[in-house]
Amino acid sequence: MFTRRYLIAIAAFAALATPALAQDKSIVVSSTTSTQDSGLFGHILPIFKAKTGIDVKVVSQGTGQALDTARRGDADVVFVHAKPLEEKFIAEGFGVKRNPVMYNDFIVIGPKSDLAGIKGAKDVAAALKTIKEKNAPFISRGDKSGTHAAELALWKAAGVDVGGADKGAWYKEIGQGMGAALNTASASNAYVLADRGTWLSFKNRGDLEIAVEGDKRLFNQYGVILVNPAKHATVKKELGQQFIDWLISPEGQKAIADYKINGEQLFYPNANDGNA
Amino acid sequence: MRAPSSDLPIVFENVSIAASGVPVLDRLSLTLQHGAPTVLIGPNGSGKTTVLRAAMGLIAPSQGRITWGGLEFSPPTRRAIVFQRPTMLRRSAAANVRYALRAARIPRGERETRIAELLALVGLEGFSDRPARRMSGGEQQRLALARALASDPAVLFLDEPTASLDPAATKSLEDVIRAVAARGIKVVMATHDLGEARRLAGYVVLLHRGRVIETGDAEEFFKSPQTAEARKFLAGELLV
Amino acid sequence: MPSDLSALQLVMSGDPALFAIVRLSLLVSLAAVICAAIIAIPLGALIALTRFPGREAVIVILNALMGLPPVVVGLAIYLLLSRSGPLGAWGLLFTPTAMVIAQTVLVAPIIAALTRQTIEDLWVEYRDELAAMNIGPAGRVMTLIWDARFSLITTLLAGFGRAAAEVGAVIIVGGNIDGFTRVMTTTIALETSKGNLPLAVGLGVVLMTIVILVNAFAWVARRAGERLGA
Repeated sequence: MFTRRYLIAIAAFAALATPALAQDKSIVVSSTTSTQDSGLFGHILPIFKAKTGIDVKVVSQGTGQALDTARRGDADVVFVHAKPLEEKFIAEGFGVKRNPVMYNDFIVIGPKSDLAGIKGAKDVAAALKTIKEKNAPFISRGDKSGTHAAELALWKAAGVDVGGADKGAWYKEIGQGMGAALNTASASNAYVLADRGTWLSFKNRGDLEIAVEGDKRLFNQYGVILVNPAKHATVKKELGQQFIDWLISPEGQKAIADYKINGEQLFYPNANDGNA
Repeated sequence: MRAPSSDLPIVFENVSIAASGVPVLDRLSLTLQHGAPTVLIGPNGSGKTTVLRAAMGLIAPSQGRITWGGLEFSPPTRRAIVFQRPTMLRRSAAANVRYALRAARIPRGERETRIAELLALVGLEGFSDRPARRMSGGEQQRLALARALASDPAVLFLDEPTASLDPAATKSLEDVIRAVAARGIKVVMATHDLGEARRLAGYVVLLHRGRVIETGDAEEFFKSPQTAEARKFLAGELLV
Repeated sequence: MPSDLSALQLVMSGDPALFAIVRLSLLVSLAAVICAAIIAIPLGALIALTRFPGREAVIVILNALMGLPPVVVGLAIYLLLSRSGPLGAWGLLFTPTAMVIAQTVLVAPIIAALTRQTIEDLWVEYRDELAAMNIGPAGRVMTLIWDARFSLITTLLAGFGRAAAEVGAVIIVGGNIDGFTRVMTTTIALETSKGNLPLAVGLGVVLMTIVILVNAFAWVARRAGERLGA
């Protein structure tokens, strides 16, 4: 009776392990929740797999966590949108080279009731300042993500010290991803900074709408980096490099541009842009 | 005819046993010999159950010693016991007996026939597949007896086996006990029913407060008890 | 998987992606319960039947471990299996195997603690009979486990329910990778965070149905046990 149970357990393990073993042609890409939530990967990865037979396994976290996962050697490629953090990552020796891939933009979302009266503003820093002055509720991701980093940079540009002097009940940090932040903003009629991709596929809008867009400072650049095999010998450098090469190739760039939600393009490929 | 068993005689030498600090057996000396059934009688709390369990080897004396055929340690392979409230395994009646046969290392080929024999002996033929826990008290008692006999013991201990049975069931069980004794198995039985003692005993042991008051050949004991307590007890008086 | 259809509609249409998610959920939790049982049932029986110094403390700790927070287990296994961790060479992070390991760790204390309780209660009843039949330690363990089988099945089903319902451990060690380590609970979390509430609710209904079915099985097992006089 006991031996039967042992055999079942071994069989169960084998059944679950074999897919893992069969998945030899696969890489782990650590990326961000906003990229994942936008649905981009669902569109471009099947194209890549059809071409190369490589399974891309995306683990999506906040940018800070994504880079940490790569530092630990648990990912082969990093695909995030926080240039200063990415350059630091490479300077620390964890990444080989940074390639710009695409950009999208951030937008300020707010309730239709527009407590701060900023709808249609063209200057995002001024708009944020107004939000603080009018004590309008604002939701921050607070999770060390690329979006969070961009948000903090904008507050700085607006001269508002959300970490210190200007902290208050109006500014709520939730420590979660973009979808959760939008949910919370929708439920509490607050303002929030979001990437356009997540906003376009977000279904639970409630009374929310776009308040501010188009300011150059809302520009959100994505970069892709191969994790340094010198640091972690287990990194799949050939397969990972294949993925990166495809992303910045004309074919990959076209796949990115072709991704649309409700007919609207989300991401603008710019691998050729030297300054990106 | 059975060769003398290595477990007999079972000798208690000044045995004291306490339970949670309360003395149950008090410097008790007793010899259980090969032969006709020995019946232990005495009021409740006199120590009958404890004597049986100690003779079975389930309790160690805190003072004095017990020997089986001269040995101080003897694994319970040639003796068996039926407790006052026997515990049935959560299986069928046949499975219970089969379990005992397996424990006694009876060869696999013989087991099925022995199960049928034993169930028939205790009057439980037809009960093979009945879930043991759902049998009546009397039936469980008989099944426990079949289980005890499965290991082909030389000594069989019975703790008030008919205490909760109606007269008809009592009679059939006593018939089985007589048959078992006739096969040469030494029966050591506790009972509070003096009539039963008269019916079954070859030897009688009267216990009171953990001591042996009187012991002897059954016929003589019942005809002319030697001690005052024995006379009082046989007269139906309460021994305090 | 199209996200505007509700999960119920997807179930009706037999959507393969949804099917794969449900299948993986069941496989992972089932494997975890089996592995946990192999370790925990004998362990629980052993603790029930032996006396050793510190036994009371072990029992208290075992009972307390029943309430292990899944995220804590997930974090611990993550640190173990990460490439930078002691078992990194196995390359198990972000795989279903890691999820099975984490859920095994989560469920084993439950099975062990409940087994210990069941066996100990049974031992009190069986002790004299088994001693009288000269049954050795191994025989006692096997007899008690077999006779307690219906209660133990209920215990296993409780473990399965716990495993199937948790999200904290599998999301950390599995990474919630689309098509690879995504299970029902993590998908519900993901779809909720995307604001895709109808789909999340639909999946929740599927999960609840499975949990209810598991409990129904537990009830049937107990009744079968009663009928057999257990």
